[in-house]
Amino acid sequence: MAMPQIKPVESGAPEIAVSAKNISKNYGDVEALKDLTLEFPKGQLTSLLGPSGCGKTTLLKIIAGLLEPTSGIVEVNGKAVTGPGPDRAFVFQDFALLPWASVLRNVAFGLELRGVGKSEREDIAAKYIKDVGLGGFEGSFPHELSGGMRQRVGLARALSVDAEVLLMDEPFSAVDEQTRRKFQEDLLSLVQNENKTFIFVTHSIEEAVYVSDQIAILLPRPSRVSDIIRPSDLRTKDVDNIRRDPEYLDTVDRIWALLRTYVE
Amino acid sequence: MPLLQRLPIRRSLLLKLLSALLVFGAWEIAGRVPVSYAFPTFFESMSALWTLAIEGTLFSAYYDTLKPLVIGIAISAFIGIAVGLWIGLSSWFDWLFSPIFIVMQAAPLAALIPLLVMIYGIGLTSKVFVVCIMAMPVIVLNTAGAVRNTPTNLVEMGQSFLANRVEVITKIIIPAASPVIFSGLRLGVSAGFIGAILAELKITPTGVGDIISYSRSVADYPSMYAAIFSIILLAVLFLNLLERIEVTLFEGNDRGYASD
Ligand SMILES: Nc1ncnc2c1ncn2[C@@H]1O[C@H](COP(=O)(O)OP(=O)(O)O)[C@@H](O)[C@H]1O
Ligand SMILES: [Mg+2]
Repeated sequence: MAMPQIKPVESGAPEIAVSAKNISKNYGDVEALKDLTLEFPKGQLTSLLGPSGCGKTTLLKIIAGLLEPTSGIVEVNGKAVTGPGPDRAFVFQDFALLPWASVLRNVAFGLELRGVGKSEREDIAAKYIKDVGLGGFEGSFPHELSGGMRQRVGLARALSVDAEVLLMDEPFSAVDEQTRRKFQEDLLSLVQNENKTFIFVTHSIEEAVYVSDQIAILLPRPSRVSDIIRPSDLRTKDVDNIRRDPEYLDTVDRIWALLRTYVE
Repeated sequence: MPLLQRLPIRRSLLLKLLSALLVFGAWEIAGRVPVSYAFPTFFESMSALWTLAIEGTLFSAYYDTLKPLVIGIAISAFIGIAVGLWIGLSSWFDWLFSPIFIVMQAAPLAALIPLLVMIYGIGLTSKVFVVCIMAMPVIVLNTAGAVRNTPTNLVEMGQSFLANRVEVITKIIIPAASPVIFSGLRLGVSAGFIGAILAELKITPTGVGDIISYSRSVADYPSMYAAIFSIILLAVLFLNLLERIEVTLFEGNDRGYASD
C-alpha cells in the first residue's frame, strides 16, 4: 500500500473556527474517541469520513455541546464549549422535524427558541424556505414531504439561526441518489456564498471528495484521525466537471486505499 | 384539496351511522323475539327515554350523576397528567409513585367502595373518589409512558437550538406525548363514566343509577334500558368531543411521524 501523500497546510492558512483538542469519549467500556485532535478552518467545509462506528456522530455531538467529552476540550473561535451555543447549528441525519408543526414553524423553531418575535421569525424563515427551494410549502406538514424535502427543511432551520458553524451529520444519507447529488451541488454553492464553517459527517468517499476543502479520515480501534486530505485544487474547478477530474479520481482512490484495510 | 380532505370524514360519518343502524336493528329484533322477558325492543326503550326526558326525570338525574363525574374527571385529568408528566420526567418519582397507580389500576374497585364509604360517608366525596380511582391510573400511566418515549432526536434537536428545560418540556415533550396522553384521557373518561354509575349503584342510588335500579325493581325494563342507553350515548358524545379537541390542538400529530 502506497503511503498517502498528505499536503501540508499552505502558508497563510485560514483562521481556525473550531478546534477539538485531545478529545476522548468513553461510553462505559466503549472507547468511542481517543485523544483526538483536529482543527476546522473558518469558511471551509471539513468532512469527517470513516466507517460506521468510528465515532463521527460522537465527535459532532461533542462539538455541538450535546455530549460532554470524557476529557479534552472543544474551542469555537477560541472559546471553550460548555454546551450548545448560538454559534453552532445542527442538521440531523433523521431530520428531527416536529411532526405537529408546519414547515414554517419548523424552520422558525430555532428562532422561536431564541425569543425572536413571531412575525420577524416567520419572515426570516420564509426567506430561507425559498432559498432551499421549498417556496409554497410553508403550510405543509413534514409527513407530506419527501425525504429530500424534509432535509431541506432541516437545512433551512439551521441556516435561519445564522450560526457561524454548521454541523451536519450524514445529512444526505436518508435521501435518494438523485436528490443527494443535487444536495451536494447546493452544498458547494452554500459553502461558497455563506461565510460559514461546515463540519460534515459522511461515510461516502465520493461525497467527501466532491464537497470538501479538507477531509479528516477517522479510523476505529482506537478511534483517531488517521489522515487529513485537502483536495485543494478541486475547489477552483467547475462543479460539473469535478467528478471527471483526475485529482478527484486520484483522491477517491487514495482514500479507499487508506480505508480498505478496515473493511474486512 | 379541501374536498379530498373532507371526503374521508363524510365516509367515516356514514360508516358510524351504518354501524349504529345495525346495532339498533339487532336490538329491535332481539327485543321482538324476545331473547328474555326483561329485554325490551329498541323502540320501547326509545319511547321510555322520551317519557323520561319530557317528565324531566332524566335531566334532574343527569344533574346528580354529572356532578361527581365532571368533578372526578377534572381532578383526574389535571392531577393525572401532572403526576404522569412528573413520573415520566424523573426516574426517582417514577420509582416512588408508579407502583401506586399500577396497584390502583389492578385493584377491584367494588371491594374498595365500603372502605371509601366508611371514611368519606355516602355523599359526593365518595362518589368523586370512585370516579377518580377509575379514571386516574390510566391517565397517569399513559402520560408517563408517553413522556418516557419522547423521541430522543427531537429533544436533542431542541437542545442544540438552545431550548431550556422548560421549553423542551412544553414545546417538544408534551406535544410529542399528546396523542398517547389523549388516548389515556379517553380511556380515563370511559372508566370515569363506569365509576360514576357504579358509585350510584353501590353507594346511594341517585341520578341515572337511581333510574336504573328503581326501574329494575319495578320491572320497568324499557326505562332501565333507556337510562343505560342514554349514558352510553353521552359517553360516546363526550369522547368524540375530546377527539375534536385533540385534532384541533395538534394537527400534524394526527398524520403520522415525519421520520416514518
Ligand atoms: N449512547 C451510546 N451508548 C453506548 N455506546 C455508544 C453510544 N453512542 C455511540 N456508541 C458507540 O460509540 C461508537 C461510536 O459511535 P458513533 O459516534 O455513533 O459512530 P459513527 O457516527 O461514526 O457511526 C460506536 O461503537 C457506538 O456503538
Ligand atoms: Mg453516525
